[in-house]
Amino acid sequence: MARLPTMEFDGVIVGGGGAGMRAALQLAQSGLKTAVLSKVFPTRSHTVSAQGGIAAAIGSEDPDDDWRWHMYDTVKGSDYIGDQDAIEYMCSVGPEAVYELEHMGMPFTRTEKGRIYQRPFGGHSKGFGKGGQASRACAAEDRTGHALLHTLYQSNLKAGTTFLNEWFAVDLVINQGGAVSGLVALEIETGQVVFVKAKATVLATGGAGRIYATTTNALMNTGDGIGMALRAGMPVQDIEMWQFHPTGIHQAGVLVTEGCRGEGGYLVNKDGERFMERYAPTAKDLAGRDVVARSMIQEIMDGRGAGPDSDHVLLKLDHLGEETILKRLPGITELSKTFAHVNPAQEPIPVVPTCHYMMGGIPTNVHGQVLTQAADGNDAVVGGLYAIGEVACVSVHGANRLGANSLLDLVVFGRAAGIHIEDAMRQGIGHRDPADEDVDNATARLARWNESSEGEAVVELKRELQRIMLVNFNVFRSGDHMRRSIGDLADLRERIARAHLPDKSRVFNTARLEALELDNLLEVAEATAIVAEARTESRGAHARDDYTERDDDNWLCHSLYFAADKSVGKRAVNFAPSTVEAFQPMARTY
Amino acid sequence: MKISVYRFDPDEDESPRMEEMELDLPAGRDLMVLDVLELMKARDPSIAYRRSCREGVCGSDGINMNGRNGLACITPVSEAAPRGKLTLRPLPGLPVVRDLVVDMGQFYRQYEKITPWLVNDTPPPAQERLQTPEDREKLNGLYECILCACCSTACPSFWWNPDKFVGPAGLLQAYRFLADSRDTATAERLAALEDPFSVFRCRGIMNCVSVCPKGLNPTRAIGKIRTMLLSQGI
Repeated sequence: MARLPTMEFDGVIVGGGGAGMRAALQLAQSGLKTAVLSKVFPTRSHTVSAQGGIAAAIGSEDPDDDWRWHMYDTVKGSDYIGDQDAIEYMCSVGPEAVYELEHMGMPFTRTEKGRIYQRPFGGHSKGFGKGGQASRACAAEDRTGHALLHTLYQSNLKAGTTFLNEWFAVDLVINQGGAVSGLVALEIETGQVVFVKAKATVLATGGAGRIYATTTNALMNTGDGIGMALRAGMPVQDIEMWQFHPTGIHQAGVLVTEGCRGEGGYLVNKDGERFMERYAPTAKDLAGRDVVARSMIQEIMDGRGAGPDSDHVLLKLDHLGEETILKRLPGITELSKTFAHVNPAQEPIPVVPTCHYMMGGIPTNVHGQVLTQAADGNDAVVGGLYAIGEVACVSVHGANRLGANSLLDLVVFGRAAGIHIEDAMRQGIGHRDPADEDVDNATARLARWNESSEGEAVVELKRELQRIMLVNFNVFRSGDHMRRSIGDLADLRERIARAHLPDKSRVFNTARLEALELDNLLEVAEATAIVAEARTESRGAHARDDYTERDDDNWLCHSLYFAADKSVGKRAVNFAPSTVEAFQPMARTY
Repeated sequence: MKISVYRFDPDEDESPRMEEMELDLPAGRDLMVLDVLELMKARDPSIAYRRSCREGVCGSDGINMNGRNGLACITPVSEAAPRGKLTLRPLPGLPVVRDLVVDMGQFYRQYEKITPWLVNDTPPPAQERLQTPEDREKLNGLYECILCACCSTACPSFWWNPDKFVGPAGLLQAYRFLADSRDTATAERLAALEDPFSVFRCRGIMNCVSVCPKGLNPTRAIGKIRTMLLSQGI
């Protein structure tokens, strides 16, 4: 293949969401030649949809709040497979990261004292679970993600970051030494294919909720970073752990923030009963998301679902009063009217647990450096590659993420990766030059689609994949169904390898993008299916009907998945925080 | 349902055309216009449009539906096409890249021109800068802008002078920072806007207000900027 045009940067960040832009800001502010490469204009990234808040113990609502309490809650929420060194880091630097956002201009809601407003969120407690509900989610009304993302974009404009907007990442370029030299990318407007060379490549591509037929995720959340990493021979970790958010709007899938329950809303079944009192007597509607989602499905399975098909439950807010709803939850009011045709100040919102967040991802250390497993079973850093945000698994969320911890994850680890890259540059780290064939390898799948002349349509294959995942890898999972799905997905892989891209045009060809995205969806779906079947226990979001208990003897560990041989391995969870005693596994009740 | 959609691929077409089609929509459900686009794309994958969040917060899918700008994902078909025929065109006034995709460059440049970030040269405190709820309230109706460009591309003054008139979206953000009690660059911000075009090309037509999918009011913000400029004696 002819040599591709080449662009060179110190650091290239793939993805313009909260994590990517926080990392880019760190690099650009230190004068490094920094590019954000994003398939959408940055403020359209999915961070914009985050609603309720960003968790940090800033002590505005409760002066006694302590990051160690936040750490305890996060460890417990993770069902004990979150890495305690990473959680310690996130919770301890969280307040600083939030103050930085405020200094950049983020329009947080305020208290009477003029401080940042904080609201209660599920799974957040005081006094190591013994002191009642904590108010720890720092909020900008119910548009926290929007406020955060726009603020970070603005700060990057100020810092002079280069934006490659509407560029699609095709694949990583791996050199003969196994290190990452950059990536091959496609400029969407012109169809031009370019080798983007960088001393540090940062994957900040977000989640992959679109492997499910219904999800709160944006249409573009197709796991592009996971696909790129798996094809490049790197593992993914805990990829079976998918969070189902308790309150997606029935049928539409659109998210209704947990902040609704934080502000005093609660769930009722068809009889109007506040059923969470039975499942989680203390935290009730603010138990962990996995717990609430399972309870809702149980109610529906027991025949207490609402609506003509008894297939959802109701989120009641009207008792909060119109003024509170309009003041604290204006975005929710809009979404409910548009997608559920109800005014939450008068009627309850029909909701159902909906795929929301990928806890697993590319394993990294606390600096965002991507890790793989060496032959001796030890962690090995992949040269030149970082991963941050939802695509990464550092791991702070383990088997179940707490609400408002994802925005915190983005800014804390975006910043951490930026700081680490700055140091590496100061120590004189250079480009890792690839051979021409290394670059060619990264164009292979693009060439495959461009040369296809017949075969099945992308849209049909995607629908089938999404249906398999929705039916078989939902809130409850069964071994038989998962095993059958693994076969179905293997078939689908062969069909996708022969599928057809009819439109070969050059300019803004979105059919080509959807074909490339389908490759990525398949990688995520198959990894999810194989590891979910292999993890023979129930933990956090992974609930099996054939292995109903948590099995700490065998599975108090991360799963690792390698696509080359579709193998599942294990990796130890970190129980060695540096400033506090580790939290030991206990029965998880709310 | 009858649908008429604007098609243009610069590599294939000398000039744009309207493609007419009939589509069976699933009964018993009021689809959003984006759902219709997705059905169309399933049939003909070559049609190009931007979309992402499908819930009206990312601002990708601003298009012109039966003559009115809006977001395809939160506009019900019944509202866009009450008489049964849906006509879809790109946002007016910006160069068309392909089909319903416009070149947003001009729009983004106007946004960048207004210094769209907080300026405060005092050293930041160890915690957050304080702001009273009343001062924070002043940002409501301003910060929620999603940069979808529905307003600016509905504005005749922006059509005439897209390079010199900042346009409703940019000016809404200009006022968002002027109104922020934490910002210390009021004089500089106003000085940058005092020419005859940046602000004063607004003729109060209010198309921006009538199309904004987030219910924001750029005209009011522009009025506030005018008042600030005039009270400075410019």
